[in-house]
Amino acid sequence: MKEQAHSPWSNRSFPEAAKDLLADSQIRRNVRHATNVIQAKRNRVVGELPDWEQLRDAGAAIRAHALKHLDHYLAQFEENCTRAGGHIHWARDAAEANRIILELIQRHAAKEVIKIKTMTSEEIGLNRNLQANGIQPHETDLAELIIQLGRDKPSHFVVPALHKNRQQVREIFQREMHLPDLGGQPEDLASAARTYLREKYLRIKVAVSGANFLVAENGAVCIVESEGNGRMCLTLPDVLISLVGIEKVLPRYRDLEVFLQTLPRSATGERMNPYNSIWTGVHAGDGPKEFHVVLLDNGRSPILADDESRQTLQCIRCAACLNACPVYHQTGGHAYESVYPGPIGAILTPQLHSMHEGRSLPYASSLCGACYEVCPVKINIPEVLIHLRGKVVQQDQKTLSGKLGLWNIGMQAAAFLFADASRLSLAQHLGQIGQKVVVSKNGFIEHLPLMLSGWTQTRDLRPLPAQSFRDWWEQREKTQQTPIATAPTSSDKTQEKKHAG
Amino acid sequence: MPDSQVARDAILSSIRTALRAPAGVDTAAIASEYAALPRLYKREGTMDPAALLDLFTHRLVEYDAGVYRTSAENIGSEVARILSERGRRRIAIPDGLPPEWLPDGFDFQRASRFGEHQLDQLEGVLTGCTVACAETGSIVLQNAAAQGPRSLTLVPDYHLCVVFAAQVLETVPECFARLDADAALPTTFFSGPSATADIEMTRIKGVHGPRFLDVLLVV
Repeated sequence: MKEQAHSPWSNRSFPEAAKDLLADSQIRRNVRHATNVIQAKRNRVVGELPDWEQLRDAGAAIRAHALKHLDHYLAQFEENCTRAGGHIHWARDAAEANRIILELIQRHAAKEVIKIKTMTSEEIGLNRNLQANGIQPHETDLAELIIQLGRDKPSHFVVPALHKNRQQVREIFQREMHLPDLGGQPEDLASAARTYLREKYLRIKVAVSGANFLVAENGAVCIVESEGNGRMCLTLPDVLISLVGIEKVLPRYRDLEVFLQTLPRSATGERMNPYNSIWTGVHAGDGPKEFHVVLLDNGRSPILADDESRQTLQCIRCAACLNACPVYHQTGGHAYESVYPGPIGAILTPQLHSMHEGRSLPYASSLCGACYEVCPVKINIPEVLIHLRGKVVQQDQKTLSGKLGLWNIGMQAAAFLFADASRLSLAQHLGQIGQKVVVSKNGFIEHLPLMLSGWTQTRDLRPLPAQSFRDWWEQREKTQQTPIATAPTSSDKTQEKKHAG
Repeated sequence: MPDSQVARDAILSSIRTALRAPAGVDTAAIASEYAALPRLYKREGTMDPAALLDLFTHRLVEYDAGVYRTSAENIGSEVARILSERGRRRIAIPDGLPPEWLPDGFDFQRASRFGEHQLDQLEGVLTGCTVACAETGSIVLQNAAAQGPRSLTLVPDYHLCVVFAAQVLETVPECFARLDADAALPTTFFSGPSATADIEMTRIKGVHGPRFLDVLLVV
């Protein structure tokens, strides 16, 4: 197997990458428009279901249960899929998955494959690996086709080309499909894709897909899609290879009744997406003669060990959290420098890499909780974000530069002070004296020094009051008659009003 | 030991370690835990039959499908009328389609004789279905009599689907309850003609699946 080209994702931190994207007004307009449209549609069709919260509860419980017994359900899926004529392969990491898929394709001497949009293939860099080995993958999802032909990278995992508008798509198609007269309406563009790909569906004999769900009880695989490109890839070729993360398994067939309600409504704001395909193994006279499932670990199993962040793997990739996130709204997906962007990406990416990559992502959030509110499987993303921030800090404390860094020293000092009443009181008194150098003429702190300066970039702080609450309380205890009206906060309020005016 | 076996054992043991799972699987305990999962969502429909069919019709029309109603004895003549209006004559049909659905004057071709290339040359396909969901406007096809293999309803550009009122259920869970018995059959849910929203989130009809859909509702 030849070495593949480098990943398109750089190792820039979120703030670095976001800075560039915030300067791109075209991308920001496109992202804002698309996310606003999806969110409005999502809210409308979710609002229609009086039992939405019960569906979320059931979805979360089923996914959590499946993860808790993942070894059992995976073994059950393997047994039942094999019995139905499928072949199961296990891949510990990206390299192993790439090798398995390449060997399967080479065994059939195929030079081209057709693909349904799959995040896992993006995760393992499958296209780059196939191309390095002389095999041309053709993306068939309209958005993935736009990305592939435009040599771009996905920015959203339901609508990967969400950052492109119709004019930009038209330019890509005109150039890459040699259609100089192509019209600019979405219908023209879809029709061009139909003609471009139909020939490939009818000719190419190997397809690669992902999967939305695996069913343990009967070995079924379920794929949810819109365009029919999925159905083409699942039924016309002789060989189908599905690359699926190990976490995707559901216990029973009827569990789909929950997720086929919550997924379409959350993902594209539709009551049901145009097509769902469910099949088990191979079926004589219908679909591929050979069916392979590659079960991919690639950093997932260790996540199960952490009771607080295991819920990350409940994700069904609807991307509702991206559309709801005020940070994603501003930056779009590329700022996350990861296959999985947005709030779920911010918790999934660093964990898939044992917290060695994407370490700035747990901070790429205001913790507003919009992601948790829309999540159809109730992943408490803010809770996991905070948990992972803690892990980043713990990791840093293990290095010398981290230990001696200003942040660590500052935080350790704060922890020391807050741990004891007399220390805190002493610190407050020292602060009252020391703050004199930073308090401006208007009575506010407008600029804090060093690493604290970021905090005062967009806000002024009130100085520590002359009398702290503790001092006031102590005095009150002594005299037992201080009326509430003289509490030290009243003078502060006047000052705030004056400042605001 | 082959590579795949090594990888399998490594992944399963990594999962068991991470879960701190005891050796040996207690399937009875897992089953009872599964049975106790909360399922308080709506499972049974509550609508009366007329309202149910109206909702189903409304949903399909919203997807831009044509919807027509007829009685069981008039299926053949309605099929003739709809196909004539659409100007489609060479129509693929699956095995097991009732002969009385097939009016004279059309070129109905049994699909089991064709490959995909020939299907691509036909002007449409006529099938029945297994079940339908009113709440979502979805129709479910399985590889069974009068429905055929999956490619049959995928490659032609036009689909005329006959749905009986008794096949229309209100909720998604009701549909799964009915599908459960034949869950191993290749199964396709379709909701309207093929569509995408990949360009600026506008729903555009017609990408790779049939771009035109008519539903004949038999009441």
